[in-house]
Amino acid sequence: MTGHGSGGLAAQRVANGHREPAIKVAGLTKKYGEIEAVRGIDFEVPVGETFGFLGPNGAGKSTTIKMLCTLARPTSGSARVAGHEVTAERDAVRRNIGLVFQDTTLDNYLTGAQNLRFHAALYGVPPAAVEPRMRQVLEMVGLWERRDSVVMTYSGGMKRRLEIARGLLHAPHVLFLDEPTVGLDPQTRASIWEYIGELKSREDITIFLTTHYMDEAEHCDRIAIIDHGKIVAIDTPEALKASVGKDRVQIHTADDQAAIAELGREFGIEAAVHEGAVTFSVSSGEQFVPRLFAGMSVPIKSVSVSRPTLDDVFMSYTGSTIRDAEASGADQMRQMAAAFRGRR
Amino acid sequence: MATTQTTQAARAAEQAELAGTIRVAVPEHSLRTDIRAASIVWRRELIRFQRDRLRAVTSLIQPLLFLLVLGTGLSALAQASMPPGIDFKTFIYPGVLAMSVLFTAIFSAASIVWDREFGFLREMLVAPVSRASIVIGKCFGGATIATMQGLIMLALAGLAGVPYNPMLLLILTGEMLLLAFTLTAFGVMMAARITQFQAFMALTQMLVMPLFFLSGALYPLHGLPTWLSVLTRLDPLTYVVGPMRYAVLSHLPLDPAAVSALSPSITWAGWPVPIMLSLGIVLVMGLAMMGVAIATFSKTE
Repeated sequence: MTGHGSGGLAAQRVANGHREPAIKVAGLTKKYGEIEAVRGIDFEVPVGETFGFLGPNGAGKSTTIKMLCTLARPTSGSARVAGHEVTAERDAVRRNIGLVFQDTTLDNYLTGAQNLRFHAALYGVPPAAVEPRMRQVLEMVGLWERRDSVVMTYSGGMKRRLEIARGLLHAPHVLFLDEPTVGLDPQTRASIWEYIGELKSREDITIFLTTHYMDEAEHCDRIAIIDHGKIVAIDTPEALKASVGKDRVQIHTADDQAAIAELGREFGIEAAVHEGAVTFSVSSGEQFVPRLFAGMSVPIKSVSVSRPTLDDVFMSYTGSTIRDAEASGADQMRQMAAAFRGRR
Repeated sequence: MATTQTTQAARAAEQAELAGTIRVAVPEHSLRTDIRAASIVWRRELIRFQRDRLRAVTSLIQPLLFLLVLGTGLSALAQASMPPGIDFKTFIYPGVLAMSVLFTAIFSAASIVWDREFGFLREMLVAPVSRASIVIGKCFGGATIATMQGLIMLALAGLAGVPYNPMLLLILTGEMLLLAFTLTAFGVMMAARITQFQAFMALTQMLVMPLFFLSGALYPLHGLPTWLSVLTRLDPLTYVVGPMRYAVLSHLPLDPAAVSALSPSITWAGWPVPIMLSLGIVLVMGLAMMGVAIATFSKTE
């Protein structure tokens, strides 16, 4: 059983300390009929990093993750995951990755332990290692005591944790999490992130995740912002925020259009309505606010100043907030879904 | 919440113990990994069958209705054309056995469509194993539980005046297994293409009753009008129900003339098809349909 699959990666790790990145993508594209879901992206994820793909729904996140997991064939370009080419070495890639999908893929009629044993057998986990490894991953996500309950009786958060445990069962080198916290309440979301944090401290693993929650992207070592199928920025969350270098000011006024016009006239500031408030960026918000009140004739009802967040980063790179982008992205999503269904 | 602290303490203790995570080297794809995959898919069917007792009971109702209500109700009419010493219920019993296998096998295949809708199929399809092993596991799993359902019906043989002869029970079990396999393979082949549960159920419902009625489960296959005669020969169920009925009747104290009147050989243009060939046809059909299912699943995604 000296497999080339896992042996290949081990060999690379030994090779003069130069590790091949866990994920290496070059010129990757995916078309569904006329619609280009992913339009030529390039990036690398070094071993051990937690890398996040941030973008609104329909930006191409899920399509990218599908290609990296060998579930969709790239239209062009190349991608290597855990040392293997996704198209030519499909099984080798699959053996070395763990997947947690956006939608649940558990058997509700089996117990948690039975779901994991099923997975262990499909992934060829050596029989002697199944029980100890199962205990380890179930304890990590706090489900060891509930292992013999039927999954149907689990809450949404427990199911997601069980899926994470299952994705780790065969000790993958790269774990893919597609929107790991979507549809969960804030408390459960926080606990999922706790488990992911703990996981990183315990296992030598690279994590690739997608999210459209700004606050969650902060948990990543590096993030790529993806919009309309292209990567528009890629860096650490801190560096991205620093690159904006401006505070965000939002004001509620009696007449938004007049306020926007006046801001342009009086201060030379470009403002726009986002999330129902007149929004603009200035280099130091606190100092600007007194001038704002002095210089505006349109009555201002309230004002808020915030330090740059990933929201602002997203806005400065894409020209809209992620929520605005989702609203307009919904149309595109429907189109894509229709095109995708048509293919099947 | 009080448990949080203790679990945290326990966790810290284990942290040391687990410091070296259990290394799992996932082996290369081989025949052994495929067999293991097929067997876990098979076992899952059994676990789910075991857990769903209600289904096992409700699946008995329809065959029992045919056997006890239809069998009893029609016996006054039918008895006139039966040789002495045989009940109409005994005559239709093999068909009723086939019916209980039929429903369970199709229902088991339907779970693929169900699994697709609930996402579990994806868990199977993304695994680094051949699709063939999953389809084979599924076909044998469905065949096993459908046979088990048939065995429950077989335990009620006494109700139909069928003797509990070990040899007879063995033959009937083997024939049910064969039928269950072919029907599951048929269902899996359909489930590979039909992605919506509603559509699958509608289609199978449309097929199940004709399959049953054309199999000669309720009438002997001689002296039929040509159109019906042709249709019965096209129904795969015919090639199992015939041998099953022959097995039952030949284990009763009847004279050979009566047996061949009630259970005539299936004929092709006058040529009697031997029982082994008849069963062989069913096996080949099952294998062929399983092959189509494997090919279909191998192409997706």
